[in-house]
Amino acid sequence: MAVIKLESGYNIGVDPHSCTFVERPSPVPVKRLEVTPDRNLPDLSIVSTGGTIASRIDYRTGSVTSQFDAGEIVSAIPELAGVANYRTRSISTILSENMTPAIWQDLARAVSEEIRSGVSGVIITHGTDTMAYSASALSFMLDTPVPVVFVGSQRSADRPSSDNAMNAVCAASTATSDLGEVAVVMHATTNDDRCAIHRGTRVRKMHTSRRDAFRSIGIPSIGTVSYPSREVTLEPHAVRRGTHTLALHEKLEERCGLAQFYPGMAPGILTACRGYRGLVLSGTGLGHVSTGLIPLIRDLIEGGTMVVMTSQCMHGRVCDRVYDTGRDLLQAGVIEGGDMLPEVALVKLMWVLGNEKDPDNAAALMQTDLAGEWNRRSFHGL
Amino acid sequence: MDYKAIGLVAGIEIHQQLDTTEKLFCRCATMLRDTADHSGEFFRYLRATESEMGEIDRAAKEEMKRERKFRYYTYDTTCLVENDEEPPAPLNEEALLVCLTISKMFSMTPIPQIHTMRKLVIDGSNTSGFQRTALVAMNGALPDGGRIETICLEEEAAQRVKDDTFSLDRLGIPLIEITTSPCMHTPEEVQEVAEHIGMVLRSTGKVKRGIGTIRQDVNISIAGGARVEIKGVQELDLISEVVRREVQRQQELIKIRDELKKRGASVSPNMIYNVTELFKQTKSGILKKAKRIEAITLMGFAGLVGREIQPERRLGSEMSDYAKKCGVGGIFHTDEKLAAYGITEDEITQLRQLTNAGEADCIVLVAGTSQKQTGCAIFQVFNRAEISISQNPVPEETRKMLESGSTAYMRPLPGAARMYPETDVLPVMIDQKRWDMVEVYELLTERTKRKAAMFVADYKFNSNYADQVAASPYLPRIELAIDSGINPDLAASTYIQYISEIKREGTDVTKFFINNADIRILQAVESGKAAKEVRYDLFKAVASGTSVENAIAKHAPSVSKNDLEALVQMIITERADFVAQKGKAALGPLMGVVMAKVRGSVDGKMVSELLKREIDRMIAGKSR
Repeated sequence: MAVIKLESGYNIGVDPHSCTFVERPSPVPVKRLEVTPDRNLPDLSIVSTGGTIASRIDYRTGSVTSQFDAGEIVSAIPELAGVANYRTRSISTILSENMTPAIWQDLARAVSEEIRSGVSGVIITHGTDTMAYSASALSFMLDTPVPVVFVGSQRSADRPSSDNAMNAVCAASTATSDLGEVAVVMHATTNDDRCAIHRGTRVRKMHTSRRDAFRSIGIPSIGTVSYPSREVTLEPHAVRRGTHTLALHEKLEERCGLAQFYPGMAPGILTACRGYRGLVLSGTGLGHVSTGLIPLIRDLIEGGTMVVMTSQCMHGRVCDRVYDTGRDLLQAGVIEGGDMLPEVALVKLMWVLGNEKDPDNAAALMQTDLAGEWNRRSFHGL
Repeated sequence: MDYKAIGLVAGIEIHQQLDTTEKLFCRCATMLRDTADHSGEFFRYLRATESEMGEIDRAAKEEMKRERKFRYYTYDTTCLVENDEEPPAPLNEEALLVCLTISKMFSMTPIPQIHTMRKLVIDGSNTSGFQRTALVAMNGALPDGGRIETICLEEEAAQRVKDDTFSLDRLGIPLIEITTSPCMHTPEEVQEVAEHIGMVLRSTGKVKRGIGTIRQDVNISIAGGARVEIKGVQELDLISEVVRREVQRQQELIKIRDELKKRGASVSPNMIYNVTELFKQTKSGILKKAKRIEAITLMGFAGLVGREIQPERRLGSEMSDYAKKCGVGGIFHTDEKLAAYGITEDEITQLRQLTNAGEADCIVLVAGTSQKQTGCAIFQVFNRAEISISQNPVPEETRKMLESGSTAYMRPLPGAARMYPETDVLPVMIDQKRWDMVEVYELLTERTKRKAAMFVADYKFNSNYADQVAASPYLPRIELAIDSGINPDLAASTYIQYISEIKREGTDVTKFFINNADIRILQAVESGKAAKEVRYDLFKAVASGTSVENAIAKHAPSVSKNDLEALVQMIITERADFVAQKGKAALGPLMGVVMAKVRGSVDGKMVSELLKREIDRMIAGKSR
């Protein structure tokens, strides 16, 4: 079907054979706003990974607008102008489901360079689907003295009700705050009243479409940003600006996997993981798989795969010492993943195996809190 | 007035809610709720966004003049789609089918592939900031040669509770929008076309009824004027009045322009003054509260800002509407009695000096909470004043109807830039096969005629009564009653008289139709179990929750024919002397005695026949 835009603005689909080619209109240049830096405001860097906070479809170029500079962002979200001066950098234009560990590495390097250049904070615009994975990856790869803030929108930027503007303004406010770690900043409620600041290794997307989909699991969020006042409140457990000195540990072992156990799980799913350097299991309850799978897991471990047990409960801590199945799993060499979220354990495993070659040291690191991903005490309920 | 001579051109847009089970883009019921029953609330800000063509719609820009926070009520009958927290479900097939039926009844051409669009509306009435709408058919015919341009299937907006608070129960109810061409030339013609379209819509039996379920927008212009869209005319009877008043408004605005030209009037942003200091010590409560007050001198405007252009509307009202877009409460001007606001003559004299205004000039004041607000508002006044002396003194506008039929400014007419594709809804194909299968219905006017003729022929109703019955909203029930063996006279009179009366008293009569309570009551009457006279009592009892059986037991305790004969016999025997004395004239008084005993549970006619027979028999016995 050929789509026709009528003068009234409506689109209709008609048989393409009923249309005649007249001419191809020339593309209209994208309007840009010149922004003059305000010396009294801090400098921030915005790193885009695709699906920017200022995207829209463009019929005439046939794609999402790829221009991405401070002028365009500020013209899309004028409120940002009062928060900081911005420099921008685009490292990819992908949908977040197409994110890869290799792009995490590009991202970590880019952010590290931006921090080194002296900005007060970095904002990373990211699709929400895998934002938590990327936030967790950067949490391990980067020691940062300044806020590194992931932000996105649950409702597309091309709608008047989009959460993009408020999220971006809150992210920018967080990036100029006293925070000193990797965080995700998104709506805290369905209202446009405040954003929550989540630790990169404890955050999870818990709803497919709501604005307040992102939740801290296992710890309270590390802060909030009120809107429209832009007032940032950091909780006592948030890492403060300047606590760490900048360092980049960019190596990752990509041959790692994550498998969710389910009743009747076919052994083939585990045997397919032969040759993997690491495997995270998302087990049931306290961290279990069916007894029949345990010999296969033992084989995997003996073949050099590090196997880490987490729980699909999401909330709470793994304990493989309560039931026989758990004890058998420990016997087979499975490492208890504490209260780490399954996908965070996966990213951590990639990072640990990429940076530590000795298996015993690696196993010990998996059970050490490196970036706030592991609570020594379970102080937060459901 | 000769409307053709002044070049009146009018078209209408009719918005009618469809009576579908579910909403257009979610699976919630199309059910209106009492706002007191809301189960939660949330609030949002809306921002104007660019269309896919890279422009911001002018109507949207106007709404963005001040930041607005919108509050929404949710219910246990609304979901995340209304909250703009979930992508829309596929287009409701039931609604599409009704829309296609209506399109076919207007002989329209369906669109081969229907695309849902987002129409930017950022007045808060849509949580998303847009209204989803799809063009379904084009090019229809009206009986008198007029044309219907388009039929669109849209989602209904949220209902405004108060100010910036909206109720989400109405949001998403399917709505059909019928747009005629500008083919009407008199106010009466506009009203007739609206009535005809309304009748066709009701003929489908698939549209919602009642106040607010149908709304008319009217597009009007006259030669030298401009196209103005008047939104939200709910009562059909007001349409022609609205057209007449808009013609008057446009004519008056043209006259004012001519007068201003003659006077050599002018406006300039250089004539805007900050007069906050002047009113520092004022006795005017309203000005005292203001953080900032600005004034503009409109040169040569004296007397014209206050001139009436429509009943209860002046040029000043138009300026006030423009200024309100910036968040101020309104304007003050020297064409009105400023003393009413507590402003003294002395202050006005000082104001005239400060703003270099002479007797021929009019000064307009705005008072607000910030420089941003008053600056915006006074500039809006300047804009509106400039329009009033321009070549086109009637601006193209969307206006809203006020109760009386006059109108107030809402926003500029929207352009094509307000449309953006709804990327979350897949297009829907309407192929020939599907179109051929679309059902059409007999028009109500045709059906009423046909039924009335049938009632005259079959039931011997007189023709006026037959018309009344055929046009009755209870016709389906009357027909069902007759089909169930009820005498046609009894059936028709029950609904036309009693049910209508009970409804007027405020009872929801549709509850009679559930479980056929109405038919069961009529069957009791038909079989003699209850008298015709207690129909009203029976329906009232059932309306208050009594079962049909209990209602009959209470209001029409069964009296068998034998019982009745015995009763009559007894009463006559007891009063034999009275009968002997009065003869046949005893019937009336005895009737009352019998009816009191049976408490209306027996048909009066039957009692009177029995009594008559017995009295006759007694008189005959005596004389024998």
